[in-house]
Amino acid sequence: MKKILLFLIFISAAYSQPQVPQLKYWANDFTNTLTQGQLNSLNTKLKSFQDSTSNQVVYLMINTLNDYPLEYYSMDVAEKNKIGTKEHDNGVLFLVVKNDRKMRIEVGYGLEGALPDALSSSIIRNEISPYFRAGQYYEGVEAGLNAIISAIKGEYTAKKDEPRRKNKSPFAIILMIIFFIIIFFFRGGRRGLGSFIFYGGMGGFSGSSGYRGSSGGGFGGFSGGGGSFGGGGASGGW
Amino acid sequence: MKRGMVIGCAVGGFILLIILILVIWGISSYNNLVTLNETVNQSWSQVQNQYQRRADLIPNLVNTVQGYANFERGVLIDVTEARAKVSQMNITPEVLNDPQAFQKFQQLQGQLTGALSRLLATVENYPDLKANENFLQLQAQLEGTENRIAVERRRFNETVQSYNTTIKRFPTSIFAAVFGFQQKQYFQSVPGAETPPKVQF
Repeated sequence: MKKILLFLIFISAAYSQPQVPQLKYWANDFTNTLTQGQLNSLNTKLKSFQDSTSNQVVYLMINTLNDYPLEYYSMDVAEKNKIGTKEHDNGVLFLVVKNDRKMRIEVGYGLEGALPDALSSSIIRNEISPYFRAGQYYEGVEAGLNAIISAIKGEYTAKKDEPRRKNKSPFAIILMIIFFIIIFFFRGGRRGLGSFIFYGGMGGFSGSSGYRGSSGGGFGGFSGGGGSFGGGGASGGW
Repeated sequence: MKRGMVIGCAVGGFILLIILILVIWGISSYNNLVTLNETVNQSWSQVQNQYQRRADLIPNLVNTVQGYANFERGVLIDVTEARAKVSQMNITPEVLNDPQAFQKFQQLQGQLTGALSRLLATVENYPDLKANENFLQLQAQLEGTENRIAVERRRFNETVQSYNTTIKRFPTSIFAAVFGFQQKQYFQSVPGAETPPKVQF
């Protein structure tokens, strides 16, 4: 993480990088092109899609990149917001740079099979660009998101608690008990070090479970699940 | 006599303790270096995967373009030859320790990048081809692969940086020298190659 940050600092020095936002919604518009009602409707669509399939599709619209490379920026946004779940890497970022007339569909590792580069490119060329050329942004965005959704619909399904329960084999439970016994003895023996390890462990636990808690909320509840990206997807313009 | 023995034991114990600390320290440094080394190898194989993926796309691309009458043959021959040279080079992780081999690898891949971008530029003169859905798909795949290569190269350089920093820093540098961990090569950005190819529609 530190390395990525350092890298970002390096890059920003070289290109005067536009700001990489921490996204709070599924649909984000920093250009005031879409109305609040339109954004709400996109949000609802994308949230319910995530709830039923665990795939995270995020839409972001900004004004300009100031000549910063589109592919770098969309990767920065995708990585910073950790779109997609950690186990499946099933995130998609649909980025539109309005004044530069550029867009990109950035596809997480886990969806590169369901949404290959050629398909992303075809969605951009055939579904979205015609609307954007006519100035119909909402229609274009909606058509694009629908196409993305129908491409990745069958890839994963949301398994809420079942897989977690399945993973807990008796062996794992025994290991956990042993682990806690060791920690318990550690605490009894050397109070300082023991409690340090204990609290360190607790910190890690709450960190990794943060995503599950907030995903049940209403609007504005988007938070990334830790998905990673490898540069898949396609770029285009209109 | 008894006192001498006590002092002797104390000194001996002290030396043993220092040796023990050094050994434990050495082991943990060594393990850390092994982990970093493996991270570099792993990210290197990711880079190679993407280069391989690009090489695999080329025959298909050449076939599609060839179908168009009087497409400039020189451009196609360049691409095919550059690909053949890349495929001939045998790549092992040892390349990372060898500046010359690494330079060669980069040079050959760079030639292929150049030949491919000339091919895509030439296509601009063939409106039929530019509108061909099959070609557009191949182009999208190729651009996606170039972008993946850029991403993996970036990540590779990050892992090499952390590895190189570790083996050069005191006191780990001593253990690195003892265990024979060598400095690894970075990707140098070729002018114009650091940004992914631009798409024109």
